Amino acid sequence: MVPRTIDDAGRLLRAKKVSAGELLEECLARIRRDNARLNAFILVLEDEARAAAKRADWERANGIDRGPLHGIPLSIKDLFDLKGTVTTAASRVREGIVADQDSPAVAQLRRSGAVLVGKTNLHEFALGTTNEDSAFGPARHPQDDSRSPGGSSGGSAVSVATGMALASLGTDTGGSIRIPAAACGLVGLKPGHGELSAEGVVPLSRTLDHIGPITSCVDDAWHILHVLRDRRPESPLTSAATATMRLGLPRRYFMDLLEDGVRASFDAAVDRLRAVGVTISDVDIPHAELIAPIYVHIVFGDAAAYHAEALERVPEQYTPNVRARLDMARYVLAEDYVRALDGRRVLRREVDAALRHVDALVLPTLPIVAPPLGAPTVSLGGGDVPVRNVMLRLTQLFNITGNPAISLPCGVASGGLPCGLQVATRHGETDRLLQIARTIERTMQ
Amino acid sequence: MTIQDWLKQSIADAERRGRPELKPLLEGLAQSTQALRAAALGGRADGPTHD
Repeated sequence: MVPRTIDDAGRLLRAKKVSAGELLEECLARIRRDNARLNAFILVLEDEARAAAKRADWERANGIDRGPLHGIPLSIKDLFDLKGTVTTAASRVREGIVADQDSPAVAQLRRSGAVLVGKTNLHEFALGTTNEDSAFGPARHPQDDSRSPGGSSGGSAVSVATGMALASLGTDTGGSIRIPAAACGLVGLKPGHGELSAEGVVPLSRTLDHIGPITSCVDDAWHILHVLRDRRPESPLTSAATATMRLGLPRRYFMDLLEDGVRASFDAAVDRLRAVGVTISDVDIPHAELIAPIYVHIVFGDAAAYHAEALERVPEQYTPNVRARLDMARYVLAEDYVRALDGRRVLRREVDAALRHVDALVLPTLPIVAPPLGAPTVSLGGGDVPVRNVMLRLTQLFNITGNPAISLPCGVASGGLPCGLQVATRHGETDRLLQIARTIERTMQ
Repeated sequence: MTIQDWLKQSIADAERRGRPELKPLLEGLAQSTQALRAAALGGRADGPTHD
């Protein structure tokens, strides 16, 4: 059996009850068993991973301890450069483009002794929330393979949920770490904007892109965050005290459009937090209804600039839906892009104000459970709503403002499918975010 | 350029390029742009100087 968490695996490795090689072989066995059905991986690095696991075992046997990720099998979203492999971005546009060096994040993971199992599937160029539009076919939800695991880091979430890897490195431009984490019952951390380097990562929008981990628990996210920061934490992660914890709930807009089961799970979580002494009060983001318009103009403006040349040269190499959205993006006017940047400053001030008297904001991550693959709309609030719009609705604000945000498992809704609870803190308070998240995680267990 | 003019020109350009399927996407973008402009969150040349 693969231990579920990095901490559990680390304990077994240190006690010599399991080797890095054995951990890896179990992950590879799961990949062999499930990947054909779930399509989580674009590339499995069996030989390289075996060599890394062997090295980790030798180092441990010789008294070298590289820290919590030493010998731990991890997967990497195929948007990160790994030296000697094609960074596909799940697109035929990038066929044959081999990375000549590791991205800084990948290099940092290697230095920590992590065993990189392979590169995971995603929505092409990270431009989507369902993982359906991929040159390698859709990744599929582990509990119901007719459904999306969320995206764009869908393969990453599937790899962790199924034990093909113990954690994964993803990217998040509008929710692409938090959305699949919520859909698959995992933890997804988006640190503050610019906190971790996105160099060597195929961009969607440099203005909004973040990198971060998808894990099984908050403690694991803490470990990976600190490795990526290249800084050992001064102390282990502790929980925040419930009696003094104050959370703000942005009810208007964020609670307006939720699937019934998601609302029930979130309300139950809020009740449990109140029962253990957490103070939860309503807060407001006055221009919340402008989040989507602001987001759309920034992300499409940025993406249009990056993709313009390839759209002219090899348009047929894109999947049809992604090509159409990128083609549309090229019509965004400069003046409207600037208006969106002005709106970004407004939203940033409003989120800062909402956080002035509370430790963190708490809200659902996804208004719906994992949607069926191929569904353009879902029925919600008495109407049909585009899947893409609804999946981004609650997460994209914190890409616009750059606040650290995390998604935690929050029970299940319809069909026994997971839903997520999101927490966001002030700028520069990612460590505090993880302390609060740990408390919430333990309260809900 | 007004949004109506922008939308008309954009759809005509997409059709000229053999991409008529962009029409619904451009119409959606136009709605989004309308909301953004109506909010008037930035400064304007004939308005006050404060942000």
